[in-house]
Amino acid sequence: MDRFIFLTVDGLSHGAIYAAFALALVLIWRGTRVVNFAQGAMAVAAGYIAFSVTRATGSYWLGAIAAVGAGLVLGVLVERGAMKWVGHTNPLTAIVVALGSALVIEAVLGMVYGVNNRPFPVPFSQTKFTVRGHPLFSPYDLFVFGVVAAVLIGIGLLFTRTPIGLRMRAAAFAPETARLLGVNTARVLTLGWALASAVGAIASLLILPTGFLNPTAMDLVFVSAFTAAVIGGLDSPAGAVVGGLGLGLVLSYASGYLGSDITSIAVLVLLVLVLLVRPNGVFSSTAVRRV
Amino acid sequence: MRTLWQSTLLRHLVIAVVAVLAIMFATGYVETFYDYQLAIIAAYLCAVAGLTVLTGQNGQVSLGQSAIMAVGAYTTALFQKMFSDHDVTTQWTLLYSLLAAVVVSGLAGLVIGLAAARLRGPYLAGLTLAIVLVVPAITTHWSSVFGADQGLPVPMNPPPAMLGDGFPNEQWQAYFAVLAAAVTMFLLANLVRSRVGRTFRAVRDNEVAAQLAGINVARTQVIAFVVSAACAGLGGGVVAAINGAVSPDSYSLTLSLYLLLAIVLGGVGSLAGAVWGSAAIVILPYLTAKLMTHMTLSPAAAVKLKDNVPLAVFGLALIVIAIAAPGGIQGLLRRIGLIPQPARPRPAITPAPTQPSPRMQPPSSTEPGAPGSTSDTATSSEAASAP
Repeated sequence: MDRFIFLTVDGLSHGAIYAAFALALVLIWRGTRVVNFAQGAMAVAAGYIAFSVTRATGSYWLGAIAAVGAGLVLGVLVERGAMKWVGHTNPLTAIVVALGSALVIEAVLGMVYGVNNRPFPVPFSQTKFTVRGHPLFSPYDLFVFGVVAAVLIGIGLLFTRTPIGLRMRAAAFAPETARLLGVNTARVLTLGWALASAVGAIASLLILPTGFLNPTAMDLVFVSAFTAAVIGGLDSPAGAVVGGLGLGLVLSYASGYLGSDITSIAVLVLLVLVLLVRPNGVFSSTAVRRV
Repeated sequence: MRTLWQSTLLRHLVIAVVAVLAIMFATGYVETFYDYQLAIIAAYLCAVAGLTVLTGQNGQVSLGQSAIMAVGAYTTALFQKMFSDHDVTTQWTLLYSLLAAVVVSGLAGLVIGLAAARLRGPYLAGLTLAIVLVVPAITTHWSSVFGADQGLPVPMNPPPAMLGDGFPNEQWQAYFAVLAAAVTMFLLANLVRSRVGRTFRAVRDNEVAAQLAGINVARTQVIAFVVSAACAGLGGGVVAAINGAVSPDSYSLTLSLYLLLAIVLGGVGSLAGAVWGSAAIVILPYLTAKLMTHMTLSPAAAVKLKDNVPLAVFGLALIVIAIAAPGGIQGLLRRIGLIPQPARPRPAITPAPTQPSPRMQPPSSTEPGAPGSTSDTATSSEAASAP
């Protein structure tokens, strides 16, 4: 029973992080119909910025703020520098350019920091509270849940209650009409990328303490988050959250009960099962096909 | 002579045979290291050519090609080990192992293709991405068969006696690698020019129209997957035979990205482009490594730069080429006139002139987004005289 609770909490904790990351992917997909394959690299770059700032100043929170800022800047850089120039006739081009950007970012990180694992600063203790002798959450788990919940609520409010959110939704849903109504779609698109990248930076800040920091550290997280987004449906933010939490739980149980080398196989099996039944994800509405 | 040149099969056969003989002749006159490089390029060419047919001709973006190469490589390793355990030493064992690799990878491609037949775009990319990441897990979990991280050795026989004593091993490797690549290119070139190739392109360009024309889209997708998987398996098997060993970290996501880079560099959908691409991904790291030995660097800096400079160059190349020169090297060569444009077949019947609609047309979604592909679509002449 202890093990089950431990695995469940661990699964939810990681799942919340995958949910946040998946939300970043869904944000960009809804805005531009492009999957940001560079998201992992951008997130780990923000993680390295946090690492450097924390090492220089000794404060975790300054590092965290710097990471979020770096995420915003990276989002703008990648969108303006590379993705903006991609035409829309061929979906392969967007994937290739995003992958190229990821390669460049990871190579630069490798050149600056080297490829060795670095320890990542942790703001709260990771030892679990015990209730009547059974370990439950740790302060760090609560921190993760709190941050992810805040991010989800913040993004939700931004999109539904603010004028800028309305403009972003308009630019994604009907770009020409939005332009006619005075929305600067290019700038809004860049803002969307910056936001998504900042969310990715927050996700990497949350997950890196549980692992190691090296240039390819977020690749597996990206794949898991991408899987979560695909399972939930790339169009659906709620799907991203449910997919992320579900995937976190499945991975946790699989690695806990079946062995840790099985986790990627478990992800693949889950992905195949979902895509065989619902090729557009669990929460997708009927896709309108461009004829 | 003209009939010879007009028959696709004969034309390709002649080109393949001449190329193989010329290259085999040349390998005797260069250093053995270049023979090794040539062998590796030829091995990757098999996989890259398969990928360019899958992605460029059929429009399915697969990030899993390196996983299928791994399937081919491990199959070859296991078969070679089986032959050597039973003390079979004829040279034909290599052929049988490679054939086995092709068959097993084709089966793997069948399974993946069936799972992926309904998927498009990023969903397909995601599935194939997950497949690549499963390779190390499978080798670790069934480590008694696959040897986990250490991998497996590939027992190889020395070059056949009929080539003479002291025949350099690398030259022999170049021989069988180039032969494998030539067979692959020959078969793929004929496939691309055949009816099957046309159904590939039809599905890529406009799936709904292809369905209306009676093409079974799912079956086409699966066939494309099987074909490209068989090529990748052959490529992986040849790489294993050349290197004498297989291990899971040679078949990672990075290799898949390199293969993707190769097809983009050469020109997506172009088989000749596959040649440029494979050469580039093998030669470029070697060149950058050589360049850096000339620069004086502290050992720590050298380690950091050594692996990462080629990656950065590749990433930039991917971005620049995908945006600015989508036809890749082959497209550039066509544009500057070194390679003639493929002759467009004239339509047998000129259609009646069509009035352009007064409304602004949306950008045509049927325009093939993969320039550099040899498409057989006839261009209708608008200045046609009325019948």
